[in-house]
Amino acid sequence: MQSVLEWQAGTVRAIRPETKQTKSFTLALPNWMVHRPGQHYDVRLTAPDGYQTERSYSIASPPEQVGELELTVERIADGEVSPYLHDVLVPGDQLEVRGPIGGYFVWEVSLGGPLLLVAGGSGVVPLMAMLRHRAAQHSTVPTRILYSSRTADYVIYHDELDGLAASDRAFEAFYTFTRQPPAGWTGYRRRIDTAMLGEVIKPFDKRARVYVCGPTLLVEAVANALVQMELPIEQIRTERFGPTGA
Amino acid sequence: MAGLISRGFLGRRRPAEVEDRLPPGQYLVTDFPVLSAGPTPHTPLDRWSFTIEGLVRSPVTWSWDEFQKLASQTYTVDISCVTKWTKLDTKWLGVSVDTLLEAVQVDPIARYVMAYSDGGYTTNLPLDEMVKGQAFVAYQFDDKPLDPVHGGPARLVVPHLYFWKSAKWIRGLRFMERNQPGFWESLGYHIHGDPWKEERYSGD
Repeated sequence: MQSVLEWQAGTVRAIRPETKQTKSFTLALPNWMVHRPGQHYDVRLTAPDGYQTERSYSIASPPEQVGELELTVERIADGEVSPYLHDVLVPGDQLEVRGPIGGYFVWEVSLGGPLLLVAGGSGVVPLMAMLRHRAAQHSTVPTRILYSSRTADYVIYHDELDGLAASDRAFEAFYTFTRQPPAGWTGYRRRIDTAMLGEVIKPFDKRARVYVCGPTLLVEAVANALVQMELPIEQIRTERFGPTGA
Repeated sequence: MAGLISRGFLGRRRPAEVEDRLPPGQYLVTDFPVLSAGPTPHTPLDRWSFTIEGLVRSPVTWSWDEFQKLASQTYTVDISCVTKWTKLDTKWLGVSVDTLLEAVQVDPIARYVMAYSDGGYTTNLPLDEMVKGQAFVAYQFDDKPLDPVHGGPARLVVPHLYFWKSAKWIRGLRFMERNQPGFWESLGYHIHGDPWKEERYSGD
Protein backbone atom coordinates (compact mmCIF):
# COMPACT_ATOMS: atom_id res chain seq x y z
CA MET A 1 0.00 0.00 0.00
CA GLN A 2 2.42 2.67 -1.16
CA SER A 3 -0.05 4.77 -3.12
CA VAL A 4 -2.87 6.93 -1.85
CA LEU A 5 -5.99 4.88 -1.24
CA GLU A 6 -8.51 6.80 -3.30
CA TRP A 7 -12.23 6.64 -2.66
CA GLN A 8 -14.06 5.08 -5.58
CA ALA A 9 -17.72 4.57 -6.38
CA GLY A 10 -18.50 0.89 -6.68
CA THR A 11 -21.71 -0.21 -8.34
CA VAL A 12 -23.82 -2.75 -6.48
CA ARG A 13 -24.12 -5.80 -8.76
CA ALA A 14 -25.86 -8.20 -6.40
CA ILE A 15 -27.15 -8.47 -2.86
CA ARG A 16 -27.46 -11.95 -1.43
CA PRO A 17 -28.96 -12.80 1.95
CA GLU A 18 -26.65 -15.19 3.83
CA THR A 19 -28.53 -15.51 7.12
CA LYS A 20 -31.33 -13.53 8.77
CA GLN A 21 -28.73 -11.05 10.00
CA THR A 22 -26.18 -10.98 7.21
CA LYS A 23 -26.10 -10.11 3.53
CA SER A 24 -23.36 -10.22 0.95
CA PHE A 25 -22.92 -7.21 -1.32
CA THR A 26 -21.09 -7.65 -4.62
CA LEU A 27 -19.68 -4.40 -5.99
CA ALA A 28 -18.09 -3.75 -9.37
CA LEU A 29 -15.11 -1.43 -8.81
CA PRO A 30 -13.80 0.93 -11.50
CA ASN A 31 -10.32 0.87 -9.92
CA TRP A 32 -10.22 -2.70 -8.66
CA MET A 33 -6.97 -3.72 -6.98
CA VAL A 34 -5.80 -7.18 -6.04
CA HIS A 35 -6.11 -7.70 -2.26
CA ARG A 36 -4.69 -10.16 0.25
CA PRO A 37 -7.27 -12.45 1.85
CA GLY A 38 -8.07 -11.09 5.32
CA GLN A 39 -7.89 -7.42 4.33
CA HIS A 40 -10.81 -5.00 4.55
CA TYR A 41 -12.32 -2.04 2.75
CA ASP A 42 -13.63 1.19 4.18
CA VAL A 43 -17.16 2.20 3.23
CA ARG A 44 -18.26 5.85 3.30
CA LEU A 45 -21.80 7.18 3.28
CA THR A 46 -22.60 10.82 2.53
CA ALA A 47 -25.91 12.57 3.32
CA PRO A 48 -27.27 15.36 1.08
CA ASP A 49 -25.96 18.03 3.49
CA GLY A 50 -22.43 16.64 3.38
CA TYR A 51 -22.55 14.64 6.63
CA GLN A 52 -20.35 11.56 6.27
CA THR A 53 -19.62 8.45 8.23
CA GLU A 54 -17.32 5.51 7.57
CA ARG A 55 -17.04 1.87 8.57
CA SER A 56 -14.59 -0.95 7.84
CA TYR A 57 -15.82 -4.29 6.47
CA SER A 58 -13.86 -7.46 5.79
CA ILE A 59 -13.55 -8.64 2.22
CA ALA A 60 -15.32 -11.95 1.61
CA SER A 61 -14.27 -12.44 -2.00
CA PRO A 62 -10.94 -13.94 -3.06
CA PRO A 63 -8.41 -11.88 -5.04
CA GLU A 64 -9.12 -14.22 -7.95
CA GLN A 65 -12.55 -12.56 -8.33
CA VAL A 66 -11.12 -9.86 -10.57
CA GLY A 67 -12.95 -6.53 -10.87
CA GLU A 68 -15.36 -7.28 -8.04
CA LEU A 69 -15.47 -6.89 -4.32
CA GLU A 70 -17.76 -8.83 -2.04
CA LEU A 71 -18.47 -7.62 1.48
CA THR A 72 -20.56 -9.65 3.92
CA VAL A 73 -22.15 -7.37 6.49
CA GLU A 74 -24.04 -8.20 9.65
CA ARG A 75 -27.04 -5.96 10.34
CA ILE A 76 -26.55 -4.22 13.68
CA ALA A 77 -30.02 -3.22 14.89
CA ASP A 78 -29.00 0.13 16.34
CA GLY A 79 -26.26 0.72 13.77
CA GLU A 80 -25.98 3.64 11.40
CA VAL A 81 -24.40 2.06 8.33
CA SER A 82 -25.33 -1.65 8.32
CA PRO A 83 -29.13 -0.96 8.41
CA TYR A 84 -28.65 1.37 5.42
CA LEU A 85 -26.77 -1.33 3.52
CA HIS A 86 -29.35 -3.98 4.41
CA ASP A 87 -32.58 -1.98 4.08
CA VAL A 88 -31.93 0.79 1.55
CA LEU A 89 -29.21 -0.27 -0.85
CA VAL A 90 -30.36 -2.07 -4.03
CA PRO A 91 -28.52 -3.40 -7.09
CA GLY A 92 -27.55 -0.53 -9.37
CA ASP A 93 -26.84 1.84 -6.46
CA GLN A 94 -23.40 3.26 -5.98
CA LEU A 95 -21.37 2.85 -2.82
CA GLU A 96 -18.13 4.67 -2.02
CA VAL A 97 -15.28 2.46 -0.85
CA ARG A 98 -11.52 2.52 -0.52
CA GLY A 99 -9.04 -0.25 0.07
CA PRO A 100 -7.71 -2.83 0.37
CA ILE A 101 -6.47 -2.08 3.88
CA GLY A 102 -4.57 -4.08 6.50
CA GLY A 103 -1.47 -6.19 6.21
CA TYR A 104 -1.19 -8.46 9.23
CA PHE A 105 -4.38 -10.49 9.43
CA VAL A 106 -3.77 -11.93 5.97
CA TRP A 107 -3.13 -15.39 4.64
CA GLU A 108 -2.22 -16.43 1.16
CA VAL A 109 -1.22 -19.76 -0.31
CA SER A 110 2.47 -18.77 -0.37
CA LEU A 111 2.44 -18.53 3.46
CA GLY A 112 1.65 -22.24 3.67
CA GLY A 113 0.23 -24.11 6.60
CA PRO A 114 -1.09 -26.15 8.19
CA LEU A 115 -3.83 -23.59 8.60
CA LEU A 116 -6.34 -23.37 11.44
CA LEU A 117 -9.12 -20.80 11.13
CA VAL A 118 -11.23 -20.04 14.18
CA ALA A 119 -14.38 -17.99 13.73
CA GLY A 120 -17.08 -16.60 15.98
CA GLY A 121 -20.23 -15.30 14.28
CA SER A 122 -19.56 -12.89 11.43
CA GLY A 123 -15.84 -13.23 12.20
CA VAL A 124 -15.94 -15.94 9.56
CA VAL A 125 -15.95 -13.35 6.75
CA PRO A 126 -12.21 -12.64 6.35
CA LEU A 127 -11.53 -16.36 6.90
CA MET A 128 -13.87 -17.16 4.02
CA ALA A 129 -11.79 -14.94 1.74
CA MET A 130 -8.78 -17.09 2.73
CA LEU A 131 -10.68 -20.32 2.03
CA ARG A 132 -12.00 -19.08 -1.32
CA HIS A 133 -8.50 -18.01 -2.30
CA ARG A 134 -7.12 -21.37 -1.21
CA ALA A 135 -9.76 -23.18 -3.30
CA ALA A 136 -9.21 -20.92 -6.33
CA GLN A 137 -5.49 -21.74 -6.17
CA HIS A 138 -6.20 -25.49 -5.78
CA SER A 139 -3.99 -25.38 -2.71
CA THR A 140 -3.52 -28.59 -0.77
CA VAL A 141 -2.40 -26.85 2.44
CA PRO A 142 -4.02 -28.86 5.26
CA THR A 143 -6.73 -26.58 6.62
CA ARG A 144 -9.40 -26.70 9.30
CA ILE A 145 -12.00 -24.23 10.39
CA LEU A 146 -13.61 -24.20 13.82
CA TYR A 147 -16.70 -22.02 13.64
CA SER A 148 -18.79 -21.03 16.65
CA SER A 149 -22.39 -19.88 16.14
CA ARG A 150 -25.43 -19.47 18.34
CA THR A 151 -27.59 -21.79 16.23
CA ALA A 152 -27.45 -23.25 12.72
CA ASP A 153 -29.48 -20.25 11.48
CA TYR A 154 -26.54 -18.03 12.26
CA VAL A 155 -23.97 -19.97 10.23
CA ILE A 156 -22.81 -17.87 7.29
CA TYR A 157 -21.60 -19.71 4.14
CA HIS A 158 -22.81 -23.02 5.61
CA ASP A 159 -23.44 -24.77 2.27
CA GLU A 160 -20.25 -23.43 0.76
CA LEU A 161 -18.15 -24.60 3.72
CA ASP A 162 -19.78 -28.06 3.65
CA GLY A 163 -19.27 -28.20 -0.13
CA LEU A 164 -15.60 -27.35 0.23
CA ALA A 165 -15.18 -29.96 2.94
CA ALA A 166 -16.88 -32.61 0.79
CA SER A 167 -14.75 -31.91 -2.28
CA ASP A 168 -11.38 -31.27 -0.64
CA ARG A 169 -9.72 -33.95 1.47
CA ALA A 170 -7.26 -31.43 2.90
CA PHE A 171 -10.04 -29.26 4.35
CA GLU A 172 -12.35 -29.97 7.28
CA ALA A 173 -15.06 -27.81 8.84
CA PHE A 174 -15.96 -28.11 12.53
CA TYR A 175 -18.96 -26.31 13.97
CA THR A 176 -19.98 -25.60 17.50
CA PHE A 177 -23.36 -24.25 18.60
CA THR A 178 -23.54 -22.24 21.78
CA ARG A 179 -27.34 -22.01 22.15
CA GLN A 180 -29.32 -24.56 20.18
CA PRO A 181 -27.67 -27.22 18.03
CA PRO A 182 -29.64 -28.57 15.07
CA ALA A 183 -31.76 -31.69 15.63
CA GLY A 184 -29.66 -34.83 15.78
CA TRP A 185 -26.44 -32.89 16.13
CA THR A 186 -23.61 -34.97 17.57
CA GLY A 187 -20.82 -32.41 17.33
CA TYR A 188 -19.73 -29.63 19.67
CA ARG A 189 -22.39 -27.72 21.57
CA ARG A 190 -20.56 -25.23 23.77
CA ARG A 191 -18.31 -22.20 23.61
CA ILE A 192 -14.87 -22.89 22.20
CA ASP A 193 -12.60 -24.03 25.03
CA THR A 194 -9.12 -25.43 25.39
CA ALA A 195 -10.25 -29.06 25.06
CA MET A 196 -12.14 -28.39 21.83
CA LEU A 197 -9.29 -26.38 20.40
CA GLY A 198 -6.86 -29.14 21.37
CA GLU A 199 -8.91 -31.72 19.46
CA VAL A 200 -9.24 -29.63 16.32
CA ILE A 201 -5.60 -28.53 16.25
CA LYS A 202 -4.23 -31.99 17.09
CA PRO A 203 -3.02 -33.14 13.65
CA PHE A 204 -1.33 -29.78 13.10
CA ASP A 205 0.16 -29.49 16.58
CA LYS A 206 2.47 -26.54 17.10
CA ARG A 207 3.08 -26.08 13.40
CA ALA A 208 -0.36 -24.55 12.90
CA ARG A 209 -0.76 -21.02 11.61
CA VAL A 210 -3.86 -19.77 13.33
CA TYR A 211 -6.20 -16.93 12.38
CA VAL A 212 -8.87 -16.06 14.93
CA CYS A 213 -11.68 -13.63 14.20
CA GLY A 214 -14.77 -12.96 16.25
CA PRO A 215 -16.07 -11.22 19.34
CA THR A 216 -13.45 -10.17 21.86
CA LEU A 217 -14.37 -12.80 24.46
CA LEU A 218 -13.99 -15.62 21.93
CA VAL A 219 -10.73 -14.26 20.54
CA GLU A 220 -9.28 -13.80 24.02
CA ALA A 221 -10.25 -17.33 25.05
CA VAL A 222 -8.83 -18.90 21.89
CA ALA A 223 -5.62 -16.87 21.79
CA ASN A 224 -4.93 -17.47 25.49
CA ALA A 225 -5.52 -21.22 25.05
CA LEU A 226 -3.15 -21.33 22.07
CA VAL A 227 -0.46 -19.54 24.08
CA GLN A 228 -0.93 -22.10 26.86
CA MET A 229 -0.47 -24.85 24.28
CA GLU A 230 2.88 -23.18 23.55
CA LEU A 231 2.07 -22.24 20.01
CA PRO A 232 4.60 -19.56 19.00
CA ILE A 233 2.82 -16.19 19.27
CA GLU A 234 3.94 -15.12 15.80
CA GLN A 235 1.77 -17.96 14.43
CA ILE A 236 -1.36 -16.54 16.11
CA ARG A 237 -3.08 -13.66 14.36
CA THR A 238 -6.24 -12.11 15.67
CA GLU A 239 -8.95 -9.75 14.60
CA ARG A 240 -11.61 -8.71 17.09
CA PHE A 241 -14.81 -6.80 17.27
CA GLY A 242 -17.20 -5.76 19.96
CA PRO A 243 -16.78 -4.59 23.52
CA THR A 244 -15.03 -6.51 26.28
CA GLY A 245 -18.00 -7.02 28.54
CA ALA A 246 -21.25 -8.87 28.14
CA MET B 1 -14.16 16.08 1.87
CA ALA B 2 -16.70 15.82 -0.92
CA GLY B 3 -18.33 12.50 -1.59
CA LEU B 4 -20.90 10.83 -3.70
CA ILE B 5 -24.30 11.41 -2.08
CA SER B 6 -25.56 8.04 -0.84
CA ARG B 7 -29.13 7.67 -2.11
CA GLY B 8 -31.53 7.57 0.80
CA PHE B 9 -28.90 8.12 3.49
CA LEU B 10 -29.60 10.76 6.11
CA GLY B 11 -27.23 9.69 8.86
CA ARG B 12 -27.46 9.76 12.58
CA ARG B 13 -27.10 13.23 14.03
CA ARG B 14 -25.92 14.08 17.48
CA PRO B 15 -25.97 17.32 19.43
CA ALA B 16 -23.52 19.87 18.03
CA GLU B 17 -21.39 19.77 21.18
CA VAL B 18 -20.81 16.04 20.58
CA GLU B 19 -20.57 16.31 16.79
CA ASP B 20 -17.82 18.92 17.14
CA ARG B 21 -15.69 16.45 19.10
CA LEU B 22 -15.89 13.71 16.46
CA PRO B 23 -13.00 13.74 13.97
CA PRO B 24 -13.97 13.27 10.29
CA GLY B 25 -15.38 9.85 9.42
CA GLN B 26 -15.62 8.77 13.07
CA TYR B 27 -18.69 7.56 14.98
CA LEU B 28 -19.40 7.64 18.68
CA VAL B 29 -19.24 4.55 20.90
CA THR B 30 -20.07 4.20 24.56
CA ASP B 31 -18.52 0.74 25.01
CA PHE B 32 -14.77 0.16 24.69
CA PRO B 33 -13.93 -1.95 21.62
CA VAL B 34 -10.81 -4.12 21.64
CA LEU B 35 -8.42 -4.48 18.70
CA SER B 36 -5.09 -6.20 18.70
CA ALA B 37 -3.09 -8.22 16.23
CA GLY B 38 -2.20 -11.20 18.42
CA PRO B 39 -2.64 -12.80 21.83
CA THR B 40 -2.90 -10.57 24.89
CA PRO B 41 0.35 -10.71 26.90
CA HIS B 42 0.00 -11.36 30.64
CA THR B 43 3.25 -10.16 32.18
CA PRO B 44 3.33 -10.58 35.98
CA LEU B 45 3.92 -7.29 37.76
CA ASP B 46 7.08 -8.59 39.47
CA ARG B 47 8.59 -9.12 36.03
CA TRP B 48 7.31 -5.85 34.56
CA SER B 49 9.61 -2.90 34.03
CA PHE B 50 9.61 0.34 32.08
CA THR B 51 12.73 1.58 30.31
CA ILE B 52 13.77 4.78 28.59
CA GLU B 53 16.66 4.17 26.22
CA GLY B 54 18.20 5.09 22.90
CA LEU B 55 19.48 8.64 22.56
CA VAL B 56 19.64 9.43 26.27
CA ARG B 57 22.74 9.97 28.39
CA SER B 58 22.04 6.95 30.55
CA PRO B 59 19.04 4.69 30.18
CA VAL B 60 16.70 4.34 33.13
CA THR B 61 14.50 1.41 34.15
CA TRP B 62 11.71 1.39 36.70
CA SER B 63 10.22 -1.68 38.34
CA TRP B 64 6.43 -1.80 38.76
CA ASP B 65 6.70 -0.62 42.38
CA GLU B 66 9.05 2.20 41.46
CA PHE B 67 6.78 3.23 38.61
CA GLN B 68 3.81 3.41 40.98
CA LYS B 69 5.73 5.88 43.12
CA LEU B 70 6.20 8.34 40.27
CA ALA B 71 3.92 11.38 40.34
CA SER B 72 0.68 10.41 38.63
CA GLN B 73 -2.30 12.39 37.49
CA THR B 74 -5.79 11.79 36.20
CA TYR B 75 -6.67 12.54 32.61
CA THR B 76 -10.08 12.80 30.94
CA VAL B 77 -9.58 12.58 27.20
CA ASP B 78 -11.37 11.70 23.95
CA ILE B 79 -9.87 8.79 22.00
CA SER B 80 -10.27 7.89 18.33
CA CYS B 81 -9.44 4.53 16.75
CA VAL B 82 -8.54 4.27 13.07
CA THR B 83 -11.28 1.62 12.80
CA LYS B 84 -13.68 4.58 13.07
CA TRP B 85 -14.87 4.66 16.66
CA THR B 86 -14.42 7.59 19.00
CA LYS B 87 -15.01 7.42 22.73
CA LEU B 88 -15.47 10.65 24.66
CA ASP B 89 -14.33 11.52 28.18
CA THR B 90 -12.30 8.41 28.94
CA LYS B 91 -10.80 8.59 32.40
CA TRP B 92 -7.25 7.44 33.10
CA LEU B 93 -4.63 7.55 35.81
CA GLY B 94 -1.03 7.55 34.71
CA VAL B 95 2.38 9.15 34.60
CA SER B 96 3.06 12.00 32.21
CA VAL B 97 5.88 11.43 29.73
CA ASP B 98 7.18 14.80 30.99
CA THR B 99 7.62 13.22 34.42
CA LEU B 100 9.46 10.24 32.93
CA LEU B 101 11.78 12.55 31.00
CA GLU B 102 12.86 14.28 34.22
CA ALA B 103 14.81 11.11 35.00
CA VAL B 104 16.93 11.16 31.82
CA GLN B 105 18.97 13.56 29.77
CA VAL B 106 17.74 13.31 26.19
CA ASP B 107 20.31 13.86 23.47
CA PRO B 108 19.34 17.06 21.60
CA ILE B 109 19.50 15.20 18.28
CA ALA B 110 16.62 12.90 19.35
CA ARG B 111 13.45 13.84 17.49
CA TYR B 112 11.42 10.62 17.43
CA VAL B 113 10.39 7.94 19.86
CA MET B 114 9.66 4.26 19.33
CA ALA B 115 7.28 2.91 21.93
CA TYR B 116 7.71 -0.85 22.41
CA SER B 117 5.57 -3.43 24.11
CA ASP B 118 5.28 -6.98 25.35
CA GLY B 119 4.44 -9.22 22.42
CA GLY B 120 6.72 -7.25 20.07
CA TYR B 121 4.36 -4.38 19.21
CA THR B 122 5.97 -1.06 18.32
CA THR B 123 4.74 2.38 17.26
CA ASN B 124 6.63 5.54 16.35
CA LEU B 125 5.90 9.09 17.51
CA PRO B 126 7.47 12.54 17.12
CA LEU B 127 9.16 13.53 20.41
CA ASP B 128 7.61 17.00 20.35
CA GLU B 129 4.15 15.38 20.40
CA MET B 130 4.95 13.35 23.50
CA VAL B 131 5.84 16.25 25.81
CA LYS B 132 4.00 19.16 27.45
CA GLY B 133 1.19 17.01 28.73
CA GLN B 134 0.39 15.38 25.39
CA ALA B 135 1.17 11.77 26.37
CA PHE B 136 1.13 9.57 29.46
CA VAL B 137 1.66 5.99 30.55
CA ALA B 138 -1.64 4.86 32.08
CA TYR B 139 -2.19 2.03 34.55
CA GLN B 140 -5.77 2.75 35.61
CA PHE B 141 -8.92 3.16 33.53
CA ASP B 142 -12.17 4.26 35.15
CA ASP B 143 -10.60 4.03 38.62
CA LYS B 144 -9.66 0.35 38.16
CA PRO B 145 -6.40 -1.35 37.21
CA LEU B 146 -6.14 -1.38 33.42
CA ASP B 147 -7.57 -4.61 32.00
CA PRO B 148 -5.02 -6.67 29.99
CA VAL B 149 -7.28 -6.60 26.89
CA HIS B 150 -7.06 -2.81 27.00
CA GLY B 151 -3.29 -2.84 27.43
CA GLY B 152 -2.77 -3.51 31.12
CA PRO B 153 -0.77 -3.45 33.23
CA ALA B 154 0.22 -0.20 31.49
CA ARG B 155 -0.31 1.42 28.12
CA LEU B 156 0.79 4.59 26.44
CA VAL B 157 -2.00 7.11 25.83
CA VAL B 158 -1.53 9.81 23.20
CA PRO B 159 -5.07 11.11 22.80
CA HIS B 160 -4.46 13.48 19.89
CA LEU B 161 -3.35 10.66 17.58
CA TYR B 162 -5.24 7.56 16.39
CA PHE B 163 -5.33 5.03 19.17
CA TRP B 164 -2.93 2.52 17.61
CA LYS B 165 -0.24 5.04 18.65
CA SER B 166 -1.30 4.49 22.27
CA ALA B 167 0.71 1.28 22.58
CA LYS B 168 -0.85 -1.39 24.79
CA TRP B 169 1.37 -3.43 27.15
CA ILE B 170 4.07 -0.78 26.91
CA ARG B 171 7.51 -1.59 28.31
CA GLY B 172 9.57 1.33 27.15
CA LEU B 173 10.44 4.26 24.93
CA ARG B 174 13.45 4.35 22.63
CA PHE B 175 14.62 7.80 21.53
CA MET B 176 15.78 8.10 17.92
CA GLU B 177 17.22 10.72 15.59
CA ARG B 178 15.25 9.61 12.51
CA ASN B 179 11.65 8.55 12.14
CA GLN B 180 11.10 4.81 11.67
CA PRO B 181 7.82 3.01 11.11
CA GLY B 182 6.47 0.82 13.91
CA PHE B 183 4.24 -2.24 13.52
CA TRP B 184 1.11 -0.82 11.86
CA GLU B 185 3.08 1.97 10.19
CA SER B 186 4.99 -0.77 8.30
CA LEU B 187 1.70 -2.35 7.22
CA GLY B 188 0.13 0.55 5.36
CA TYR B 189 -1.02 2.76 8.20
CA HIS B 190 -0.07 6.44 8.37
CA ILE B 191 3.34 7.34 9.75
CA HIS B 192 1.81 10.14 11.91
CA GLY B 193 -1.91 9.38 12.46
CA ASP B 194 -3.73 12.64 13.24
CA PRO B 195 -7.48 11.86 13.33
CA TRP B 196 -8.43 15.51 12.65
CA LYS B 197 -6.47 15.36 9.38
CA GLU B 198 -7.80 11.84 8.78
CA GLU B 199 -4.26 10.46 8.48
CA ARG B 200 -5.42 6.83 8.49
CA TYR B 201 -3.34 5.15 5.84
CA SER B 202 0.01 5.63 4.16
CA GLY B 203 -0.50 8.38 1.58
CA ASP B 204 -3.51 10.05 3.27
